[in-house]
Amino acid sequence: MSPLPANRRAANRLAAGGRIDRSRTLAFSFDGRRLDGHPGDTLASALLANGVKLVGRSFKYHRPRGIVSAGPEEPNALVELRGGARREPNSRATVTELFDGLEATSQNRWPSLALDLLSVNGLLAPFLGAGFYYKTFMWPAALWEKLYEPAIRRAAGLGRAAEAADPDSYEKVNAFCDLLVIGSGPAGLMAARTAARAGARVILAEEDFLPGGRLNAEALEVDGAPGHLFAARTLAELAGLPNVRLMTRTTVFGVYDGGTYGAVEKVSDHLPEPGPFQPRQRLWRIVARRAILAAGATERPIVFGGNDRPGVMAAGAVQAYANRFGVAAARQVAVFANNDGAWRATFEARTAGLGVAAIIDVRSEVPPALLARAQALGIRAIPGGVVTATRGRTLAGIEITVGGRREQIAVDGLAVSGGWSPNLHLTCHHGGRPVWDPRLAAFVPGSTPPGLEAAGAAAGRLTLGAALRDGLEAGARAVADIGLIVHPIEPPKAEDEPAGIAAFWHVAASRGPAFVDQQNDVTAKDIALAHKEGFRSVEHLKRYTTLGMATDQGKTSNVTGLAIMAELTGAGIEATGTTIFRPPYTPVALGVFAGHHRGREFRPVRLTPTHGWAERQGAVFIETGPWLRAQYFPRPGETDWLETVNREVKAVRASVGMIDVSTFGKIDLQGPDAGAFLDRVYINTFSTLPVGKARYGVMLREDGLVMDDGTTARLGESHYVMTTTTANAAKVFQHLEFCLQVLWPELDVQMASVSEQWAQIALAGPKAREVLARIVDAGTDVSDAALPFMGVLGTTVLGGVPARLFRVSFSGELGYEIAVPARQGERLAEALMAAGAPFGITPYGIEALGVMRIEKGHVSGNELSGQTTAADLGLGRMASTRKDHIGRVMAARPGLADPARPSLVGLKPVDGAARLRAGAHLLPPGVPATTANDEGYITSVAYSPHLGHWIGLGLLARGPQRLGERVRAYDPVRGGDLEVEVCAPCFLDPKGERLRG
Amino acid sequence: MRIPCPFCGSRDAHEFSYLGDATPRRPDPAAPGAEAAFFDYVYLRDNPAGAFEEWWYHAAGCRQWLKVARDTRTHAITGAVLARDVAAPAAPTPAGGETAR
Repeated sequence: MSPLPANRRAANRLAAGGRIDRSRTLAFSFDGRRLDGHPGDTLASALLANGVKLVGRSFKYHRPRGIVSAGPEEPNALVELRGGARREPNSRATVTELFDGLEATSQNRWPSLALDLLSVNGLLAPFLGAGFYYKTFMWPAALWEKLYEPAIRRAAGLGRAAEAADPDSYEKVNAFCDLLVIGSGPAGLMAARTAARAGARVILAEEDFLPGGRLNAEALEVDGAPGHLFAARTLAELAGLPNVRLMTRTTVFGVYDGGTYGAVEKVSDHLPEPGPFQPRQRLWRIVARRAILAAGATERPIVFGGNDRPGVMAAGAVQAYANRFGVAAARQVAVFANNDGAWRATFEARTAGLGVAAIIDVRSEVPPALLARAQALGIRAIPGGVVTATRGRTLAGIEITVGGRREQIAVDGLAVSGGWSPNLHLTCHHGGRPVWDPRLAAFVPGSTPPGLEAAGAAAGRLTLGAALRDGLEAGARAVADIGLIVHPIEPPKAEDEPAGIAAFWHVAASRGPAFVDQQNDVTAKDIALAHKEGFRSVEHLKRYTTLGMATDQGKTSNVTGLAIMAELTGAGIEATGTTIFRPPYTPVALGVFAGHHRGREFRPVRLTPTHGWAERQGAVFIETGPWLRAQYFPRPGETDWLETVNREVKAVRASVGMIDVSTFGKIDLQGPDAGAFLDRVYINTFSTLPVGKARYGVMLREDGLVMDDGTTARLGESHYVMTTTTANAAKVFQHLEFCLQVLWPELDVQMASVSEQWAQIALAGPKAREVLARIVDAGTDVSDAALPFMGVLGTTVLGGVPARLFRVSFSGELGYEIAVPARQGERLAEALMAAGAPFGITPYGIEALGVMRIEKGHVSGNELSGQTTAADLGLGRMASTRKDHIGRVMAARPGLADPARPSLVGLKPVDGAARLRAGAHLLPPGVPATTANDEGYITSVAYSPHLGHWIGLGLLARGPQRLGERVRAYDPVRGGDLEVEVCAPCFLDPKGERLRG
Repeated sequence: MRIPCPFCGSRDAHEFSYLGDATPRRPDPAAPGAEAAFFDYVYLRDNPAGAFEEWWYHAAGCRQWLKVARDTRTHAITGAVLARDVAAPAAPTPAGGETAR
């Protein structure tokens, strides 16, 4: 889109004024219609400047709706922004910064905004009131999912989410400060300036792209000059201070524990797309010693029949569009209010160039100064009147009733003000309950989260002079609290404008649907219905009518709704109370919470030290916990994984193979009490282990169940190195730290995780020793005598590389694990391949490892399930009876010591060709497959190339006494049901001659 | 939530892992009635509303177990000390004592 000539002025753009750059024109489109605005516009101000009043259809009744506010509270003007993968629904036009090329589309209408066929719902309104769905679509229940819900969802709704993956990126940032100031209006600016001058580290967060708050929207003076100039001057001072971070487009949306605040910075939402290497949004976690909530206040509507007609707006919004954006929201407005502020707003709108037909005030008594000023401006004042109806497709006129007499007034805009509600949302995030202040006719903050104080309008100081003073004082208190010296600062001079108010909520005698919550289409009648049906507490009212449950969370409707309920019950607002607010203050895109954690970057991936080598070997990788490990190494011509795995297993059993086992947890333990410590955490004894030997150990949780297993080697008199399973590495380390620091701090042991420091490769097979002998440095004897089974040797390999040799075996073959510094891992792998070439050395993956351990009956993660005891796994006899250890006492409980518990057995199919499935349940033959008859299940299965059939390990009741029995393996999930024979859990070399070879 | 680690200073709770109530003490495994005492120690926990002492492990920091005083109603944390500094009565020596010294 190319911009129009800059000199063309949109229909409702005022001749002068506003914080917009009239020298530049931005082209944008709404529902395909090409329009233009200026830098400094929001989408809403640009639409109004172009005379666009109808911007959306309502959620439930599809009623035509227009722009109501000029801020984040907007309930109506929700649009879809952009298209394709960047399409974002439910964007508030009032806070959408205009940019060149912006495409906006109205939502929840079909086929078009002007002609919406679903507005027929409006005719059904008498039937669609509160609780309608609950009452109507009750039966039959099955129809809910198939019929009712999809139909309702189609008819009622907001915008459409993008259907493609989000192309943008998001970041997370931490920040720390002495004082976080939330909001940059009069109070926020004064608080930030006071603290900044005292030397405090200040973050000033402003949701808007233009800081200054109401100073930009109103024409009040500060220190004898327009308020927006005071704001600009103060901001320039703050921007020049090194201890201040000014953050615009940044919404603080939540208060968390310990002075932590969540904020979202819209880095690129005002651009067609993010710049190179820029995120769309940034999530800030701000830790602040003190915080000041200076979020201002939100204007409330008055509820009357026809109050949702496009053209009916908040009085402050009309004022803001005139002052900040140079836009006449209407050519001829009437004002309907219950407070002095709305009169001032009217005067400013009149001064800016809008026509004003009348001010209708529900109060009979209005301050004479306001009446005089109205007269001077030629505005008709109607005290003691109410609006009782509206007319027009977009607003064309209103009916007022005053003194029992009705009158029609032709206007295209109606500015409404029912008073102001402090934006105290964040004060509720720790459970603080707002307190009703009858003098202000508003809820003000009750108790606030620790370290947070509200100031200015957010604290109920609604007039400009009071807000400036309050901000200054709150800033001074905050810096004094953190121990800085505050030099007295004179507050700027500003008047306290008239702010009288008489609480008024609802014109009961008005005609037409009177909307309380415009976003969720909740009417005054719905509240009356809730009252009639007994849903009278604020929490019931909210849930029964959905009042305040839309994306705006009732910013303009909650107080009015509960006030109407209070009128109906006669209980008064104070006794009725209010619902409280939770984070987020305004909707936050989920993408920003995910940040970079999406897709492959969802969590860090750990690579083994030999990853590059394995890649070159053509490995197929699999995620095991955080690790990427080689699953198997296919060779050309192999057509499925089982073929590859069978080859790998056979090669190891016949000659030699190798696998990276660096992922095992490795824990270095040193100190005079290391042996005693290990005795207390393992069921078996390690203090008696000779130096230079390794031992398999099992450790329990304190409840008596197995936690983990692995080998631990004694490298010196007071030096051990423990291995843990890959999955439990961090858990075991944390457990050992607990035992050392909490249970037995008197033990002199130091621990360090060395999992990352050592690359470890298992070498297995009858030729393993011959390969090993070729890589150790001269003088290292690896003969069976020098390095027997379970022996450990510290030496060097590959010409001076420090290494630890462990003669241990998981595969059941003659095996070694060779540990070298992690950086040498790849070199070691290459060297082993070269040294093993004459023997056809075969790299194998964790599938083959699994096959071989099942053939040997070694337990692994499937058996160490957190539900098994050492005895269940056939390891009960390892437990020393001469010492205590973690879990010993509880393991002796009758339920855990019961010999009838399912215990480890081997299983093989009676039909040798049948395939076993892990997870299948074991049942006695010939009984029904019921839970009562269940005797255990298959934990692990593998195809054994050695035996030529499938084998399994399982847990079977009284299993070890049932060898040779036949049981039924029943697998209803995958349709398996076959006979299996119970055998000893070792299918190969039960005497262990191979590994001692 | 922020935890004042005696080593590392004020740190976000994301760096820590949580264990729970720090009041139960591991019973003497050799004492009569050890099984009942262990049952209590392993499974039974109070859930007080208010002041609470609990174990936190600074996993992404100094790896120290801390005893943290927290109010369960407000999450206000009033202090944290190193577990090994807490003047615990000497833990019972395991039965059979194969202690190295």
